[in-house]
Amino acid sequence: MTWLTFLISGTLLAATPLLIAALGEVVVEKSGVLNLSIEGMMSVGAVTAFIVVFETGNHWLALAAGGVAAIVLSVVFACVVLFALGNQVVSGLAVGLLGIGIAGLAGGSYENMTVAPMARLQIPFLSELPVIGPGLFNHPLPVYLAPLLAVVLWWALKYSKVGLVVRAVGESPESANAVGYNVVGIRFLAIMFGGFLAGVSGAFLCVASSTLWADGMVAGRGWIVIALVVFAMWRVERVVIGAYLFGAASIAELLVQSAGISVPSQLMTSIPYIVTIVAVSILSMDGKRVRLNAPVSLGRVYLGTH
Amino acid sequence: MASVTGQAWAGTDQGKPLLQLDRLSKSFGATRANEDVSLSIHPGEIHAILGENGAGKSTLMKMIYGVLTPSSGRIMWRGQEVAIQSPAVARALGIGMVFQHFSLFETLTVAENISLSVPESAAALAPRIAEFGERFGLPVDPSALVHSLSVGQRQRVELIRCLLQKPSLIIMDEPTSVLPPSGIPPLFDTLRKLAAEGCAILFISHKLDEIRSLCHHATIMRAGKVVGAVDPTRETNETLARLMIGRELPQPTRSPARPGENPAMELRGLSSIPSDPFGVVLHEIDLSLRPGEILGIAGVSGNGQKELASILSGETPLSGAGRDRVLIDGAACGHMNAGQRRAIGLAFVPEERNGRGAVPEMSLVQNTLLTAHPKGLVRRGLISRREAQTLAEQCIAEMNVRCHGAHAEARSLSGGNLQKFIVGREIKLKPKILIAAQPTWGVDVGAAAAIRQELIRLRDSGVALLVISDELEELMEVADRMQVIFRGRLSPSLSRAEANTAMIGNYMTGGFLQQPRGAQQVEAA
Repeated sequence: MTWLTFLISGTLLAATPLLIAALGEVVVEKSGVLNLSIEGMMSVGAVTAFIVVFETGNHWLALAAGGVAAIVLSVVFACVVLFALGNQVVSGLAVGLLGIGIAGLAGGSYENMTVAPMARLQIPFLSELPVIGPGLFNHPLPVYLAPLLAVVLWWALKYSKVGLVVRAVGESPESANAVGYNVVGIRFLAIMFGGFLAGVSGAFLCVASSTLWADGMVAGRGWIVIALVVFAMWRVERVVIGAYLFGAASIAELLVQSAGISVPSQLMTSIPYIVTIVAVSILSMDGKRVRLNAPVSLGRVYLGTH
Repeated sequence: MASVTGQAWAGTDQGKPLLQLDRLSKSFGATRANEDVSLSIHPGEIHAILGENGAGKSTLMKMIYGVLTPSSGRIMWRGQEVAIQSPAVARALGIGMVFQHFSLFETLTVAENISLSVPESAAALAPRIAEFGERFGLPVDPSALVHSLSVGQRQRVELIRCLLQKPSLIIMDEPTSVLPPSGIPPLFDTLRKLAAEGCAILFISHKLDEIRSLCHHATIMRAGKVVGAVDPTRETNETLARLMIGRELPQPTRSPARPGENPAMELRGLSSIPSDPFGVVLHEIDLSLRPGEILGIAGVSGNGQKELASILSGETPLSGAGRDRVLIDGAACGHMNAGQRRAIGLAFVPEERNGRGAVPEMSLVQNTLLTAHPKGLVRRGLISRREAQTLAEQCIAEMNVRCHGAHAEARSLSGGNLQKFIVGREIKLKPKILIAAQPTWGVDVGAAAAIRQELIRLRDSGVALLVISDELEELMEVADRMQVIFRGRLSPSLSRAEANTAMIGNYMTGGFLQQPRGAQQVEAA
């Protein structure tokens, strides 16, 4: 395997879970809710998926189960922020910690066990191309479904009525209510959607990219997802770029190490994060673009009309 | 238009009423916001609801539009009793509403905004928006983002959105309050066209001239009750005002201004780019405010008033190079923040009462402390509670503020009463300069007159006052000189004698710029 194959292949595998979860978070934030519990939802999705694969061997069932498990957690979050009117930041952190805790507890007896990896797609001709073949066309199906989902979501947010309603609710829940939309209901569904994708993302991470369960295996990716969404200024096409950029940076780190260049490993490990933070800062400097794309009511408690 | 009026009149006498209210009442706890309100509206009729702020007009409209449920009484629609539980029900019946505070989404386009209220997609709507614009004189670009539109254009969008739902009754809440004088006749033409096609219009206002020129019927409300139902074309402003406030319209007494020699505050060639990307850029603003005069800043809202007020008050301090652009008593103070400027004699009454003028959750005593603490209310770092309370009570007594004592929370006061309290508090600081933004916005006529008289009295005691207001009538009443702000530029100063409605109206649409683009700007305003 050449280094280029390794880079392409690794980038796709590392970026896919980030992309899936970030797409969900874009929808949630566009509706005006800041969900900081992604890390917890990914953990719950991961452990559920691992248990399902371990017991049944069915990877697709595992992805679905991971998504559903995270929906349950997202409903808890939705009830706290939408009905109990909890502060979104604090509630998100709390629910996130709850999710990480549950995952650790549920996965206790599976610690360091492994499962068979998800089947890789073999595409006639394409998969046999030199370098590119094994790099691009030799992965489990979700790797290709994720960018497809991005295209669908991009279109839906920009052109469909549903997307328009979600954006409207995120910009001004009061006005949305005045023109007759159920703000709490729409946000509830958006949170569930975001939860589902976060769960699927965690599940993919566990049963397709790593095939091993270890407590804390999500390893901060949930936080990167949140940063990615902001860095992308809530725009789907930029989320895609950001996810693959982060994925590439995390693989480049391994390549540099294997090339024997003596850089402290701690510094190398931090590079993807530094790249993301710098990118976030530079891209957020254009105030006008941020105002046009940022959901104005993000993080604000909606009290209804009374 | 006279013939249209005549037809509608005939209709009101013969046809079946579209909407009838039968002894409608609404109570909030012990307060009776509406009491036994009855009225009827026929197709094609423009019906005014006239009343002061707090007379119960909004409560009544909210009941008709389904935002509030009546405590008692009946609503009849086309002869059938109906229960309007939500705005969706109202819209299904054919009742539309154009809000005073727009419910548009700034980051969406005109077509997207409208498509949120109707089943069609934004793309399908664009030609229909153009068609309605053509038919009713409401030109607007369907693909424009709402944040880039002027307030008048936004109102057109609201109106088109309402019309696309094919309502038989449109409720318009103070529609002219956001328009320049030149924007009012086109709106009235549109409304007359709609009425001629059989649409009934409920026109809420407190502006007497407008009601007399536009409406076929007027129901006058005071303190939640109907106190008169008249044909406004046969009334005078005086008779309408007497019905509306129960006594003669108070006129302030004023003597000619005797301004001092040296300016108390100056702006010299001030240009500023706001931190809010949707804000207005100020260009080369020159302004000189002398002690003992009231300078009025007129203009259609959204032309830079907020930005100007925030620079004058010090909420937006200028960086090093800008310090010479703002002078107080001849000394550069552009770099000073709001607290530092207050310390050298500037007082400020902001536009928003709750949140900027006062902290809603805090008592009036605590709110007094916020700006008056240097006036001996704090000793050795500790608050002198008794003196703070005395000062708050003085403000309440002198401004005749209606509240449950000095320990009442600011948010428990009505907008008008809180404003009287804030003005009183700022006056108590004995400022040298007072900046007031929209000092009587949403305040009832009686309280507004009291506040304006207080501003004039302050001027006579030698204070320099700058009043920013959207209400031209208010500035005509209080100001000694006027300047008009348009797209972040300030017009030359006009004396009381020069400042007539036509002249100010011309300036409000950029007439003072004397550029070839002038004609387009009138169009866009």
